Amino acid sequence: MKSLICCLVFSVFALGLSVSGQVIRIGVVGPMTFIQGIHHWRGATLAADEINAAGGITVGGTTYTIELVRVDSNEMQPGPDAVSAVERAITASKVDFLVGGFRTEAMLAMTEVAADYKKIFLIAGAADDGLLKGRVDKNYNRYKYLFRITPVRSTYLAQVSFILLRDVVETFRRELGISQPKIAIVAEQAAWANMIVTLVALQAGTPVDKGGFGGQHVGTWRPSALATSVAAELTAVERAGAHIVFTVFSGPVGVVFGRDWGRLQVPVAAVGINVEAQAQGWLDATGGFGAYTATAGIYATGVAVTEATLPFIEKFQAEFGELPLFTAGTYDALYILADAIRRADSLQTDAVISALETTDYVSTLGRIVFDELHDPIWGPDYITGLGVQWQDGAPKAFWPREWQPDPAKLPDLVISTPGTVPYVIPPWVKDHWQGK
Amino acid sequence: MVASILVNGLVYSGVYAMLALGFGLVFGVGRVLNLAHTAFYMVAAYGIFYFASTGFGMPLAVVLTTLGIVAAGIAVYKLFIEPVREMEATVLIATLAVAVLLQELVLVFFGNEPRHVPPALSGFTQVVGVRVGNQEMVTLVVAALSLIGAWFLLSRTKLGLAIRAAAQDREVANLMGINVNQVTAIVMGLGLLLAALAGIAVAPLFTVEPGMWMNPLVIVLAAVVLGGLGSLKGSLIGAVILAFAEVSVVFLVPGGSYLRTAIALLIMVCVFFIRPEGLFGSSIAEER
Repeated sequence: MKSLICCLVFSVFALGLSVSGQVIRIGVVGPMTFIQGIHHWRGATLAADEINAAGGITVGGTTYTIELVRVDSNEMQPGPDAVSAVERAITASKVDFLVGGFRTEAMLAMTEVAADYKKIFLIAGAADDGLLKGRVDKNYNRYKYLFRITPVRSTYLAQVSFILLRDVVETFRRELGISQPKIAIVAEQAAWANMIVTLVALQAGTPVDKGGFGGQHVGTWRPSALATSVAAELTAVERAGAHIVFTVFSGPVGVVFGRDWGRLQVPVAAVGINVEAQAQGWLDATGGFGAYTATAGIYATGVAVTEATLPFIEKFQAEFGELPLFTAGTYDALYILADAIRRADSLQTDAVISALETTDYVSTLGRIVFDELHDPIWGPDYITGLGVQWQDGAPKAFWPREWQPDPAKLPDLVISTPGTVPYVIPPWVKDHWQGK
Repeated sequence: MVASILVNGLVYSGVYAMLALGFGLVFGVGRVLNLAHTAFYMVAAYGIFYFASTGFGMPLAVVLTTLGIVAAGIAVYKLFIEPVREMEATVLIATLAVAVLLQELVLVFFGNEPRHVPPALSGFTQVVGVRVGNQEMVTLVVAALSLIGAWFLLSRTKLGLAIRAAAQDREVANLMGINVNQVTAIVMGLGLLLAALAGIAVAPLFTVEPGMWMNPLVIVLAAVVLGGLGSLKGSLIGAVILAFAEVSVVFLVPGGSYLRTAIALLIMVCVFFIRPEGLFGSSIAEER
């Protein structure tokens, strides 16, 4: 009897070992009770299901399936939860790779843990330049494990949001005859937003011929990222005489802004970055007051950035009933990782890193090629992102539309993504400023 | 700008004053520092969201939410606070535990995504050139009516007299035949009624989310201390000062509007340099 039990225990143990040997465990890191983390998880599960259904990943003749581990970093709240969660995922859940992450402040700490344990971390959610710049380039051996999939780094995000702001400034000039629109900035108090705020404040008043917006900067407001009302800030923006408010929000304060802005019909056009406005539930979350919000985004109704975009959006919508947020870029992260593992034909970390560094992959976001910082290259033919505005109850893309990336050197290069529509000044803003 | 500060400051003052008065009453009469006070305000906001979104209609939703909060609050008082009421540190920990428990329960039932309650009155009105949402005016009216009602109860009724007597000196009130424990329970209910009304009033203005109780708790504690512990008038005036300080920061230091609460608290600390007992509190020497 004793030997039978021993035999059974051994068999179960051996079976467990053999099963775990054919599994690649990927930790999906995100604030899982917030929409950003929920989309991290959803994007990853879609990709994992597809890859597994297609036969998994074959390495050296052995086929592996992907097993996802949910890593709730609770990173919206300050505190040690994020680091503990990643450490637990690596040491207790034995994950082989990590994807996701959102808040820069938490990501800086979480990526240190990944570097300590020499685990590849594909960032899908945090934009701050400093996550890779000054780390991968200055201390490659420690930080070579970090790659960013989405969004593009803050500098490029700023560039996209500048282009969107320029678009809105031009629309004000063209439709309302306001030659020098006044620009206010409302940005959440978070590290990733600082550089964007500084640049927009500098550029707002710089003449157009010197690369600026040719407007006037009338003030910057920095509410807490967890503020529950920004009515006072908006009143102050209106008092400053702003025509346009440039927004920089990644967290729930974006909803608060959209609701108060629409509810009070503050006569300023809102454009910039507002992650919450990328979500399908934006209008519900803002009580219907978030219409005409414009934001840099990744996905929009009916817009095919690449051939992979629409099938992914359709599948995501069919499965979850809403548009994916940019944090659902974990979908692409998993495919890029799988592609690198296949090319490396190895699960050894250094081999996978080398393969990742030579990635040239057409994702749902655009063509992903990493630069020397392990950041995806931004620009025409690579990733650009979209300018999205809520029109007629849906997120419509208004950029890239007749975009000339370099009119001086390449005057003939004009990019228009199919499915884009013109930007619309919110009607109450137009009524307020018409003829003034 | 002055008009903007005045109008916005008034709205915040109303909300903070409702919370501070309830908190101040419970502390003044029961000597209970109820750190769960604003957690009930948060639960009330979720209550109105839930009942309003499940088709109960706003008036019924208000009644159900208010009754639910008062009943739950008194149950919490009887179960968790009354048995340890004489031990101040234990009360603090127990009420903080209740607050966190309420937050986690809300998280389980509603999730972390921000919720929205439709305004009772949509649109806005220009008041001395300042754009004020009609819902803000409703909130201000609710706050004013609540505070007038509380003032009437406290100053014109026998119950109010008993509450004030217990607030001044529990032992003497007891000797005068006032059932201080019963009065404390009533005051707990009254404080929670004010918290519930504040939660209902702000739900259409603020984002309803599980962490929405923390910042008001800091402000309410500061208001009560600034006004002078145990002084109801002081709590109200402390709330108004802090509300105006917060709004002024937004208008005067726009780049630092995230510091609004920190600067409001700094003002409180500055007041303590001049009057350590708070604006309307009695000094320790006087108490002795």
